[in-house]
Amino acid sequence: MESILVLTHADETGAALTKASLEAVSAGIELAGRIGASVSIGIVAVDAQAAGAAVASSGARLLGVFGEPFGQARYSTDAAACEALCRAAQATIVLAPGSSRFTRVAAGVSHRLGGFIDTHITALGGTANIEASRWFYRQRIEAVLSRDARPWFLLLDSGTHAAFAGEATPAQVEQVAVQLPLIRTTVSGLRAPTQGAQTIRPDAKLLFVAGAGWTKKQPDGQTHVPEAADLILGFLRGAGASLGSSKSLVDQGSEGQSVLPFLTHLNQIGQTGATPRHPKGLATCCHGEEPHVVGWRFIGERRAVSLDANCGWTRGKADVVYVADAFQVMAKLNALIGSVGA
Amino acid sequence: MQTALHIVVCAGIVPDPLQTLEPITTPAGPGLKNEMVLPAVLDPWAASALYEAAVLAAKAPGSKVWLVSLGPKAKLQQVMMTVAQKVAFELAPIDGPIGGFPDAHATAAVLAETIAKLPGLDRERLLLFGGWESATRGAGVTLQLVGERLGITDQFQGVDQVNLRDDGSFEVLERVEGGKHQVSVCAGAPAVLGWATGNLAEPRNNPQVGMANMRTIMPALQKAPAVKLEANGLSYISVALPKQQRTTRVVKDMSPDEIAAELAAWIGAE
Ligand SMILES: Cc1cc2nc3c(=O)[nH]c(=O)nc-3n(C[C@H](O)[C@H](O)[C@H](O)COP(=O)(O)OP(=O)(O)OC[C@H]3O[C@@H](n4cnc5c(N)ncnc54)[C@H](O)[C@@H]3O)c2cc1C
Repeated sequence: MESILVLTHADETGAALTKASLEAVSAGIELAGRIGASVSIGIVAVDAQAAGAAVASSGARLLGVFGEPFGQARYSTDAAACEALCRAAQATIVLAPGSSRFTRVAAGVSHRLGGFIDTHITALGGTANIEASRWFYRQRIEAVLSRDARPWFLLLDSGTHAAFAGEATPAQVEQVAVQLPLIRTTVSGLRAPTQGAQTIRPDAKLLFVAGAGWTKKQPDGQTHVPEAADLILGFLRGAGASLGSSKSLVDQGSEGQSVLPFLTHLNQIGQTGATPRHPKGLATCCHGEEPHVVGWRFIGERRAVSLDANCGWTRGKADVVYVADAFQVMAKLNALIGSVGA
Repeated sequence: MQTALHIVVCAGIVPDPLQTLEPITTPAGPGLKNEMVLPAVLDPWAASALYEAAVLAAKAPGSKVWLVSLGPKAKLQQVMMTVAQKVAFELAPIDGPIGGFPDAHATAAVLAETIAKLPGLDRERLLLFGGWESATRGAGVTLQLVGERLGITDQFQGVDQVNLRDDGSFEVLERVEGGKHQVSVCAGAPAVLGWATGNLAEPRNNPQVGMANMRTIMPALQKAPAVKLEANGLSYISVALPKQQRTTRVVKDMSPDEIAAELAAWIGAE
């Protein structure tokens, strides 16, 4: 019989599990029910008792690694914590959220345990055998795979399972001792790459993508970069959208052209950028070429505004393409949603 | 003055992203149609790592950059014709399978073994670079596994910036959720750094650098050891292109007002 360990970690408070962790807990419970496995939950937190409250009602065995060194995301301490939890649980299947924190360490931990790992799992199927779905070639090819080697670690993409939502009750978390490694790395904190408002909002309902057209010469023979910036920021504010960019547009920064100052490579969507999950996406002044559109794999409804009636979006990549001037459309749209310029 | 660095960059070769890919079944498992003739490039995020390595090495006299790459010898040679013109490095090629479907643990084992045997490499000074994810498997695990095999427990992923200090320590910026960077300070090498885009534009081709590199690259390719990769219990149940091609409505005759109204309704709808 398989036994499942779900690895989870706390958020920046150190005492509450992240949403992605709660999603992994749901996935673990669902999988355990289907294949008839036992399930335990491992918690990495400053205060694992408090963090465990959110999952105590699952009835799973709770194991925790506690203390200040685990308040920060750092390879050496996180790998030691996860290794200790895995050794204590003796599980054959280890599920974990694909957060930046666990993505940094999970493969290393699988190696320490003599196991194997597959990441970016978008679905778990199968009953006799566990079948994991993931994408290859940057969201171009989808595969279902299995492994008969154990322990098998599976990192789940966030947004693929509902978060566990049991009632919070006081938790009995078994403390697992960790031999602390030599700490050579000090985490000093988080830094936003640009000044001003946060433009990347993973929980937004809408992804708004700006393409290089915003900074190109317009029909009047001029560029209108400050106006483009106002329209884009105005829309983000009005619609609460997250801002994505094409590669061509963000690359202008390193090539020394005039550029939208609030955009960085972190906004980039596509082959060498992000693949975010949002229910809707609106592309503007972007050509919709394949290396860009592979980053839209997990965007539900897709619309685009482009001057080019033959752009990539029209070839089965978007639901609706408006062949129009995005400057004009966005000015009107901002007025309608109640945010006029900056 | 900064301490000399020994930077090893792990970088694979991948199909040019503008190519159409079609999965097929081969006797060795899943693969791509015409895989050996598809134009290939150095894996983009790993390529950023190589360019960043060259800039860091240039700041610390006595430093050296190695490029370790596993792939079919003939394809490696093709890709090196361009890559060699970008920055100076010594190539450690391994003749092996191409593509995203072989197991990452097996790849990591071969890479670690190769790195451990690199002549002249001082492991205490080692900065192990690569892309944080490949453009083929996209798993983000290979570097980590190589690091574990080499006993390196200071590891960073999604790196966009490294600021070296004179005492050998460095500040590192890693991508985390919500479009932010986590800032850490590491006491120094050895460390693993899986790079994202970084801050450098692709260097221009420099034929002189190319000629100097090629003097060592060609003999290294001739001697490249051939490897087979273990499956490690990995099997594929299906490998397919996504089916959903959308039926696109192309709207050519609406005014900006009408489009805005339609978009506002769409955005507002649940
Ligand atoms: C190795 C590699 C990796 C890559 N990775 C990525 C990646 O991660 N992400 C990515 O995006 N690209 C990536 N690309 C680049 C990709 O191939 C395209 O070059 C890029 O996406 C084009 O960006 P764009 O559509 O914004 O710009 P352009 O191709 O310049 O298109 C601009 C569009 O704006 C339209 N336009 C101009 N003015 C207006 C207006 N007023 N109103 C409406 N429309 C207007 C034009 O008609 C045009 O369609 C990659 C390429 C390679 C080779």
